[in-house]
Amino acid sequence: MSYLNASEMTGGYGKADILHSCTLTVEKGEIAVIVGPNGAGKSTAMKAVFGMLSLREGKVTLDGVDITGLSPQDRVKKGMGFVPQVNNVFPTMTVEENLEMGAFIRDDDFAGTMEQVYELFPILKEKRRQNAGELSGGQRQQVAVGRALMTQPKLLMLDEPTAGVSPIVMDELFDRIIEVARTGISILMVEQNARQALEIADKGYVLVQGANKYTDTGQALLADPEVRRTFLGG
Amino acid sequence: MSTTRQPGGSSAIRAPLFFAIMAVLILFEGFSSGWNSALGILNMGLLSAIMALGVNMQWGYAGLFNAGAMGFLALGGLAPVLISMPPTPGAFKAGGPGIMLAFFIAIVAVLAAVWIWRNLTGRLRGLAVTAVLIVGFFVYRWAFDPAVAAIEAINPSAQGNLGGLGLPTLISWPVGAVLAAGAAWLVGKTALGLRSDYLAIATLGIAEILVAVLKNEQWLDRGVLNVNGIPRPWPVPYEIDLQNSPDFVAKAQSWGMDPQLASTITVKLAYLLLFVVVLAVLIWLTQKALKSPWGRMMRAIRDNEISAAAMGKNVTRRHLQIFVLGSAVIGLAGAMMISLDGQMTPTSYNPLRYTFLILVMVIVGGSGNNWGSILGGVLIWYVWVKAGDWGPDIMAALASPFPEGGFKEHLIQSAPHMRMLVMGAILLGVLRFSPRGLLPEK
Amino acid sequence: MDLINALVAITNYVIIPATAYGAQLALGALGVTLIYSILRFSNFAHGDTMAFGTGIVILITWGFQAMGISLGPLPTALLALPFGIIVTAALMLGTDKVVYQYYRKVRAAPVVMVMVSVGVMFVMNALTRFLIGVDQINFDDGARFVINARQWREMTGLSEPLTLRSTQVITVVTAIITVAALFWFLGKTRTGKSMRAYSDNEDLALLSGIDPNRVVAVTWIITGALATIAGTLYGLDKSFKAFTYFQLLLPIFASAIVGGIGNPVGAIAGGFVISFSEVGLTYAWKKVVTYLIPNWQPDGLVQLLSTDYKYAVSFTILILVLIFKPTGLFKGKIV
Repeated sequence: MSYLNASEMTGGYGKADILHSCTLTVEKGEIAVIVGPNGAGKSTAMKAVFGMLSLREGKVTLDGVDITGLSPQDRVKKGMGFVPQVNNVFPTMTVEENLEMGAFIRDDDFAGTMEQVYELFPILKEKRRQNAGELSGGQRQQVAVGRALMTQPKLLMLDEPTAGVSPIVMDELFDRIIEVARTGISILMVEQNARQALEIADKGYVLVQGANKYTDTGQALLADPEVRRTFLGG
Repeated sequence: MSTTRQPGGSSAIRAPLFFAIMAVLILFEGFSSGWNSALGILNMGLLSAIMALGVNMQWGYAGLFNAGAMGFLALGGLAPVLISMPPTPGAFKAGGPGIMLAFFIAIVAVLAAVWIWRNLTGRLRGLAVTAVLIVGFFVYRWAFDPAVAAIEAINPSAQGNLGGLGLPTLISWPVGAVLAAGAAWLVGKTALGLRSDYLAIATLGIAEILVAVLKNEQWLDRGVLNVNGIPRPWPVPYEIDLQNSPDFVAKAQSWGMDPQLASTITVKLAYLLLFVVVLAVLIWLTQKALKSPWGRMMRAIRDNEISAAAMGKNVTRRHLQIFVLGSAVIGLAGAMMISLDGQMTPTSYNPLRYTFLILVMVIVGGSGNNWGSILGGVLIWYVWVKAGDWGPDIMAALASPFPEGGFKEHLIQSAPHMRMLVMGAILLGVLRFSPRGLLPEK
Repeated sequence: MDLINALVAITNYVIIPATAYGAQLALGALGVTLIYSILRFSNFAHGDTMAFGTGIVILITWGFQAMGISLGPLPTALLALPFGIIVTAALMLGTDKVVYQYYRKVRAAPVVMVMVSVGVMFVMNALTRFLIGVDQINFDDGARFVINARQWREMTGLSEPLTLRSTQVITVVTAIITVAALFWFLGKTRTGKSMRAYSDNEDLALLSGIDPNRVVAVTWIITGALATIAGTLYGLDKSFKAFTYFQLLLPIFASAIVGGIGNPVGAIAGGFVISFSEVGLTYAWKKVVTYLIPNWQPDGLVQLLSTDYKYAVSFTILILVLIFKPTGLFKGKIV
């Protein structure tokens, strides 16, 4: 059984289903990437995993435990971390306070975790007294990821972490994400920059209209001429 | 306006039923406390209904929160003073040119400041605007102060103000509407298009200021000295004339009525007739407007501002339009109220009574429904009057278990405040359990 | 000498009263701004909350006086203040439970919330009137002056008098303590930080496991405390009258918006901008002018605006800010 197992998810926001029997699995320490055309339900699939929309069918297990009925907050307690695409920091609070808020549900001492986050993102340590709203786009994303890491999640979910940042910053962010995965944290990520994301992915999911179209390792998908032609622009 | 839409009941019988209940209440008042009292409540209720119609245009059609109805009402009430009072002999000659000059200076200064603001840049701009406004203010006061002093010196015990034009009172009603519309335009121009509650705060402010002007500018309306004897509108007669008319007395006696009672009732009926005519015209116009493409667009904007803006509607401009129109109706009601009272007493304007109570009327009647505003206006006015009458009795009953002494006395004395509690409870109850009001919008 | 006399007159008639009034407005505006940033609506009931809190403080003060308890030179009301805060905070929590909670659940539009706060305003208004009536009440029983005119003259030998009333000193000291405590709470404690987080980004706060009900409850308690303190200080400095407190709503809103609504530092700055403008524009400058320009006696009082129009000052500043800088002097939030 995989670490995260979201199987046969079917559901949507209103009456019409967006997801049709969509399955996502992630192993421990693995990077899984969801790609696909606009409106394929990529973000919706991830939100479903996180419990932000109710499923009609299918179930989600984390480390073998069924969490289908839990609220997002409770899933955080079970070891999930989520980084929204936009509005993912507290802009008028300092970087350090953002991290503290990430650790809000923890009752134990989180100084060690904060130190780990600072090691991972040295720029944040430098700017820890500055308000998050005053940072550049790439630095803000680092704050957002750092905030989610404060609960010491076993599975970190990122919704388009590189949206709107420059290519250089994007490469740096991907490097960081690989580093996070090396510490044993599973990563589930939705990406627009499909080619670059698949390059670092252990597993790739191509979604079309809310259903699995192709599933393989990142390298295999990049090599697949059909996938290249239809989704990666040749 | 509300976010939850509940299924509207069978509205076909709902409206007639509620109006019938209202009629029964008024008739009951007539039989139990006399027709003077019943007609008094009905007349003021109809005026309240007109005010509620104006507020409904703003809140019900467009979702704009006007927290300053009192100000527009008071400003409208200035019209009968300025239009239909007889002129004060010599006042215009003494101070008129000075005051006109002062206003001219004020307008020129403001226009100059606006021009500078638009055409200069940099640090100089702020300084220049400030300088122009400060100099303008002192020049304005130089022209204004002696003129005011001259006017207020004329027969101060009875007049001391500019006086009116001596025109028929009916003319002052539309003028009241125009005055209120002008003030509303100024406020709306600045506060609309920003966050929704900024309009509420700005209108709250303008209302306080307009009433402060009426209280303090003696040259205009004698301030707290009040203006008395404002002429009645055609065709309302005076009681004393009726009582002195042999025809009227004979007719009253032939109906078995005391001539004095008959005269007061005739006067009230005449007002009633006038108010009903105005209300009928207004409801005809508002219903027509609401059902027109313009009204549909207004409601579309209210229900989803973003999508309406995306469809190319200039939301702020529409809001300004409806805000000015609604305030004009409130101003009209203000002028009518002053001609009903026959006097202008600036100290009587209280925001709870003239701003927030009107909002209660609109919401209880049914936001967005013109008939609802009329129902709410009369009904809530009835409850307001009656809560004042019944308050002491209810309080006495509630206080009866307590021993005689300070506490019991305190309870009974505080009975007049019951109506505040009643109004608050009604407003909160309707907003919570029936946000669409008694007569929901279709 | 004349220059010094002029400065003394300005201090006596403008700076001291405006500082005390500004501190009162700032505390009121802090309450409005907190509600705005956490619950996201303009609370029209705030003036009446101040009146209610002050009413309770007055009743408890009378109780203490009847029991013979006093604070010596300090007004007894200061002793009653904590009890007044507890009662007002309890009322706030009750109101939230009975009234506001439902509208948060259905995610009502801000303007509907404002309308609901009007309903609450009516009820609070009635409660205050039941409690303490509509009359003007003076409840300051402490020492009147820190410096009175005679002492001043003996101290300095200046002809121009200066008085410092104890309520003015108490206002400023209490306001400083209150604001310091509030900023410490918001900046250093876990609960305070969670409130700021909730105000900054509600969704992310929920995601981080911050309990919205707790945040809202704490906000109401603090608002109740701020309203009671502001109202009591205003009442001690001037006098208590329920309707005056309703009218304070305008300068308080103006302070909050001028400073940048949702921004606590802005609320304080806004309070002083409004109070100094109001006092400065309605003060009769004749005395100062005669000191400064020796050979000139102005005809009038050299008063820019009659005191009856003091609310016009708040309003004008409010309008100017809305036209030229809707986010306020310190960047506030526009929700």
